[in-house]
Amino acid sequence: MPRLSRFFIRASLVYLFLGFTFGALILANKGILFAPLVWALLPAHIELMFLGWMTQLALGVAFWILPRLGSSTPRGDERWSWAAFILVNLGILVLVLSPLAGIPWLGLLARALQTLGFAAFALGNWQRIYPPKFPNIKGSI
Amino acid sequence: MPTLTRSFVKASLIALILGLVAGIWPQIPGAAITGLFPIYLHLLTFGWLTQLIFGIAIWMFPVYSKEHPRGPEWLGWSIFACLNLGLLLRVIFEPLQGISPSTFGGWMLVLAAVLQWLAGVGFIANVWTRVRGK
Repeated sequence: MPRLSRFFIRASLVYLFLGFTFGALILANKGILFAPLVWALLPAHIELMFLGWMTQLALGVAFWILPRLGSSTPRGDERWSWAAFILVNLGILVLVLSPLAGIPWLGLLARALQTLGFAAFALGNWQRIYPPKFPNIKGSI
Repeated sequence: MPTLTRSFVKASLIALILGLVAGIWPQIPGAAITGLFPIYLHLLTFGWLTQLIFGIAIWMFPVYSKEHPRGPEWLGWSIFACLNLGLLLRVIFEPLQGISPSTFGGWMLVLAAVLQWLAGVGFIANVWTRVRGK
């Protein structure tokens, strides 16, 4: 498993832990009301589960198992994917922490960072999405 | 495909069908139930997607050890049991609490929350050391 995939997957597991913890607190609070403020964790719970856990795990596994390019750079120009890792995680952290800062444009900044991050990943791995090549068969299968 | 993964995948397919049924229910005139929308969301995102990921990851990630390639067997089955028991309790008691709230139902939701959290922690414990290079 390449180093960047390990970073993506381990980060997704950290978000899984945080997202599950927030979700468990919200559900338990629904059952036995102990802290109404727990509901404020709902946007962070959604963000951590969808982007932090599921999407980031998908990026990490995709970077690992997508077909490699037959060159000295089998996973293309990795700088794009490293940029994706940094931008996506910065975006998630800014979005989750923005309610604490109380600055309205932080949410916009977070979404912009995430969008740039996913776009960077798509650009960096676009060429790796190709059909299998068999020397005796012309065209794609 | 190991037995544990087959169980995860089959349970995830059942959750998918139940989630879709929970999505049909509120569309029936006069049949809407409070608390059904979170059930619909969690059957799809937790019961279906997350459970499918858990099953496939336990199967496909780099091996844990020669003796236990997919980690300790008891841990895998504990994750499966906690996830599905926690989800089942939630599916039963969340709408019930919407219709007729009770202390017992409330505590069942607390138990559901703890079980689902344990499933997540168990999964992280299983795969954390398996996320590695060659």
